[in-house]
Amino acid sequence: MDLINIVATLIKIILLFAISLTAVAFCTWLERRGAAWIQGRRGPCRVGPFGLLQPVADGIKFFFKESFVPEKSNKFFYLAAPILTLTIPFLAMVSIPFAENLYILNHEIPMRIARFDSGILLVIAFTGLEVYPVMIGGWASNNKFSVLGSLRAASQMIAYEISMGLALLSMILVYGTFDMNEMVRFQEKWMWGCFINPIAALIFWFSIFAETNRLPCDIPEGESEIVAGYHLEYGAMKFALFFMSEYVAMIMASALIATLFFGGYSLLPGFSLVEKGIVALFSIRSEIVNHNLFIIFQLLSIFLKIAFFMFVFIWVRWTLPRFRFDQLMDLGWKILFPLALANVLLMGIVSYFFIYR
Amino acid sequence: MVTKTLNVSRKHEIKEKFYLIAVLQGMWITLKYFCRGFFLWKSYTINYPEEKRNYSQRFRGMHFISYDENKIENCTACYLCQTVCPAECITIIAEERDPLKNPSGVWKEKKPKSFDIDALRCCFCGMCEESCPKDAIKLSRNYELATRTREQAIYNLDHLKREVKGRG
Ligand code: SF4
Ligand code: SF4
Repeated sequence: MDLINIVATLIKIILLFAISLTAVAFCTWLERRGAAWIQGRRGPCRVGPFGLLQPVADGIKFFFKESFVPEKSNKFFYLAAPILTLTIPFLAMVSIPFAENLYILNHEIPMRIARFDSGILLVIAFTGLEVYPVMIGGWASNNKFSVLGSLRAASQMIAYEISMGLALLSMILVYGTFDMNEMVRFQEKWMWGCFINPIAALIFWFSIFAETNRLPCDIPEGESEIVAGYHLEYGAMKFALFFMSEYVAMIMASALIATLFFGGYSLLPGFSLVEKGIVALFSIRSEIVNHNLFIIFQLLSIFLKIAFFMFVFIWVRWTLPRFRFDQLMDLGWKILFPLALANVLLMGIVSYFFIYR
Repeated sequence: MVTKTLNVSRKHEIKEKFYLIAVLQGMWITLKYFCRGFFLWKSYTINYPEEKRNYSQRFRGMHFISYDENKIENCTACYLCQTVCPAECITIIAEERDPLKNPSGVWKEKKPKSFDIDALRCCFCGMCEESCPKDAIKLSRNYELATRTREQAIYNLDHLKREVKGRG
């Protein structure tokens, strides 16, 4: 690893952090504004134009609030949970590709932070970790509502992790690779994964809701039943970290869904020809510059897709009511799990006879 | 005790059991509302301190005492409102009216020396308004009754004789 790669990696890390945290701030605004629009209200509209500075005001408020630790809590784990909860979704984002490789000064720079050939496995590993901060936070704050919330989170995440993993497995069968760049290239050449394997797309989509604790599956923090669930005892910036991690996890999940099922950084199948045509309009001779310009389109298209899925997250939240706990477990174990298993079998047959003939 | 249970049939058709269609319908409805808010800026909320809701003429808010063109209150201190008030929040002290001070108006014997209404006790029933023979005491449409101290919530004669246009 030479100097340019190290510098590039550092820049990528900083960019990913900056962009996703800005996106988080914007998303909290959109969440509240969108909720207001759906319900015929106004939403935050006082701070700044259209209330856009509301997240900044919230941030200032969070910083200046008293940061307290409950007396009977387990201090170390109590403080560790909010840190972990923001770290893990970021870690999962490490191996999601946002574009093809970039070429600078004869160096190939992959447009994802870490170059893993089996990137998808890393993502699964880190999304699996997402349950730990929730459990640790709930248990360490020594409050029965928190413990109830974290227990619910644990059972829910275990139930849905399985169907999510099986849905992923069926997609891996279809694409025949663990490399997410390859998956995107496959979709560019054939068609979007959600058309090849709609059942897996549905299962994955629903499991993602359960994984990120979003409505209709926000049972771990069901306000009407267990106050605020696992982050009940957290205040000030520690709560804000939990809050932000939810949105970072949503961004990560959106990027994952976009890459797996909706063509990733290629806007539409076959659309790269159009993009290359637009690049050719600039009539730049250099092959490498053309390729790098082309990458801007790819970045834009994955950004568009992530934004759309973030909107869907918010849209679904303000449409559907919360599931009852037994309904959620029924759906997870009795419907999605067998369906995902059958789907893996089906996709095995389909990919054996139709795709890899 | 034997508890009776009533079994309600929750049988759904296959179509209903496959909730996805219902979910999509719901999402379509919320999308319509979202677009209405996003593109047309339609909302049912009133931007309160800037815009105020217009209540009906019959709304019963802060009291006022009407006066004639010489700024002389119509009240003759007959004590009817004080008597009828169910919350007993009106306190009137009467005194004799100087006839020379009101040459053009109707001649009245008495006038209130002090007229206090304790708005903290008042239930805004409007009975004082109904009972008043001179249409003196009335309830305006002003609903912003918040005060900084409890004393400010006791309206004296000066406050009650403030200028109120129509019903405020
Ligand atoms: S509105 Fe009712 S309670 Fe209030 S002062 Fe008049 S009579 Fe009394
Ligand atoms: S306000 Fe009306 S009812 Fe009350 S004392 Fe005066 S004249 Fe009588």
